[in-house]
Amino acid sequence: MNAPWNRRAARHAQRLARVAHLAAGREIAAGKLIDVLEAVIEPGDRVCLEGNNQKQADFLAESLAECSPERLHDLHMVQSVLALPSHIDVFERGIASRLDFSFAGPQATRLAKLVQARRIDIGAIHTYLELFGRYFVDLTPDVCLIAAQAADADGNLYLGPNTEDTPAIVEATAFSHGIVIAQVNERVERLPRVDIPADWSDLFVVAPRPNHIEPLFTRDPALITDIQVLMAMMAIKGIYAEYGVQRLNHGIGFDTAAIELLLPTYAESLGLRGRICKHWALNPHPTLIPAIEAGFVESVHSFGSEVGMENYVAARSDVFFTGRDGSMRSNRAFCQTAGLYACDMFIGSTLQIDLAGNSSTATLGRIAGFGGAPNMGSDARGRRHASPAWLRAGRERAGDGPLTHGRKLVVQTVETFREHMAPAFVEQLDAWQLMEDMGMELPPIMIHGDDVSHIVTEEGIANLLLCRSAAEREQAIRGVAGYTPVGRARDARMVENLRDRGVIRRPDDIGINTRDATRDLLAARNIKDLVRASGGLYDPPRRFRNW
Amino acid sequence: METFTLDLPSTPANGARALCGVVSSGNLEILVDTGHAPDRCRIDVSTSAQGFRDTWEAVLADAVARHPAGGLVLSINDAGATPAVVSLRLDQVLESLEQAS
Repeated sequence: MNAPWNRRAARHAQRLARVAHLAAGREIAAGKLIDVLEAVIEPGDRVCLEGNNQKQADFLAESLAECSPERLHDLHMVQSVLALPSHIDVFERGIASRLDFSFAGPQATRLAKLVQARRIDIGAIHTYLELFGRYFVDLTPDVCLIAAQAADADGNLYLGPNTEDTPAIVEATAFSHGIVIAQVNERVERLPRVDIPADWSDLFVVAPRPNHIEPLFTRDPALITDIQVLMAMMAIKGIYAEYGVQRLNHGIGFDTAAIELLLPTYAESLGLRGRICKHWALNPHPTLIPAIEAGFVESVHSFGSEVGMENYVAARSDVFFTGRDGSMRSNRAFCQTAGLYACDMFIGSTLQIDLAGNSSTATLGRIAGFGGAPNMGSDARGRRHASPAWLRAGRERAGDGPLTHGRKLVVQTVETFREHMAPAFVEQLDAWQLMEDMGMELPPIMIHGDDVSHIVTEEGIANLLLCRSAAEREQAIRGVAGYTPVGRARDARMVENLRDRGVIRRPDDIGINTRDATRDLLAARNIKDLVRASGGLYDPPRRFRNW
Repeated sequence: METFTLDLPSTPANGARALCGVVSSGNLEILVDTGHAPDRCRIDVSTSAQGFRDTWEAVLADAVARHPAGGLVLSINDAGATPAVVSLRLDQVLESLEQAS
């Protein structure tokens, strides 16, 4: 066992031996969890605490944060999302000191304060796929703390519909002889299906309450504005229809929810059913229900699930990926890969866009990170398979030159002013100031300008693929920037010239009358309409029930 | 709160004398009434946003250049609408007048 080439396996056995007296077989009693964590984890360990977009290993996180900093210190946390207060507590209490992560939206302000106080050492901020990749290269966890729905006595695990990061984390940890500890909502005699086999995991604890899960992808149609309807009409007619986009990913904002809700109405009236939006890399957005019911959608693979969509997804197993047991199967690593390599289009919103088309959601005083948008919203240079949308975009960029590869459509859709008259178009992104304040090596840019193909605003669509110089690109962006200072500083003649060439297209140019842009076009105007469209299968969380 | 009045040149609106009306939604209300000079459009703006008069002027000048609005008086009550919403509502109200006449 102590041969120099198998030290990790030996260490795995030693760690488990240290806690054997604290567990009953694979099962740890909730009251013993802190003792187990203090005994099995070692100072300086690399620990992956499962923090996802939605599902959280919250009991494990709180227990880790309650461990003694005398016993556990200098941990290196590797996790995709810092969502819970306890994810920051482990740093504030001196248990962990180093962090590699992807997204910290809910804890972005506390994280920035820790950085400014030099209480935390951030290795890097990653996209999901980058971080998962590094789990198998130079950030392999010594211990992972994961969330599952249920365990059986042997230690097999069922993950439920929200698989998210779990398979990637467990694969990297278990097969490098790290320790895998799961919190589960229940122990059962027989699992509906085995998602993690018992010999890939070590210990489990039945948490005193079900793991926290956040309905992140539910957008109430009641909050969609006429302007968002107008922009959705322009995107559908000016981009989806023109390129024949069949395979795509949507962002999670109201702009793209509006597009989803216009498919059975506006897109149907244009004869686009069967011609666009057949295959999706997307969480089960409730706002996609009407399009699914109308026969637009052939398949949806998801990163995670969405609270309330379980019964609907299970009842639509031709569309969604589901197990032999009937319940949903999601997987963030595979869905991100699909978004990067198998989709022809990403469309999403942002907070700021600069004159080169770089976009950022960074806000001063917050370190929010990236999540998945940069993987989806980038042209995969390694892609080799062709599709009509990909080829057409490639041809537009190549101009008269020989065509060696296609191009993903990466679309940013923004109203020129956000709330409180904050302009979405700026000369310089706040990301540069944040870089200075936080001592980062690069500004936190969400989507790089050279990956963006189109910008949609209420004023029109700018096709950046057709721009032949940086100056043209700048004027194309100014030309759809409306009454923002950036938009008003446009070179009006050059913008008209770009419009003549079809680089900029106004609603008129694509046959859209702005008067038609009203909420009446939405296939569902509130959450109750979505429930009705689902035949009562969609069960919205309480906070969205307003009737 | 900021209030101001603009008097802008515009093509006479057909049958403007017979028309009055209102569009409103959430954070914006536009009242239309008849004025006196057939080639001028008077616009009274009352807005909750401070310091955006030049933006308003640009939005309104473009709107009355796009549509015949001469002979009209527009009263705009704004509670935080973006320029996009203002432009859209003006398009909607002025096009409705064109069609009605």
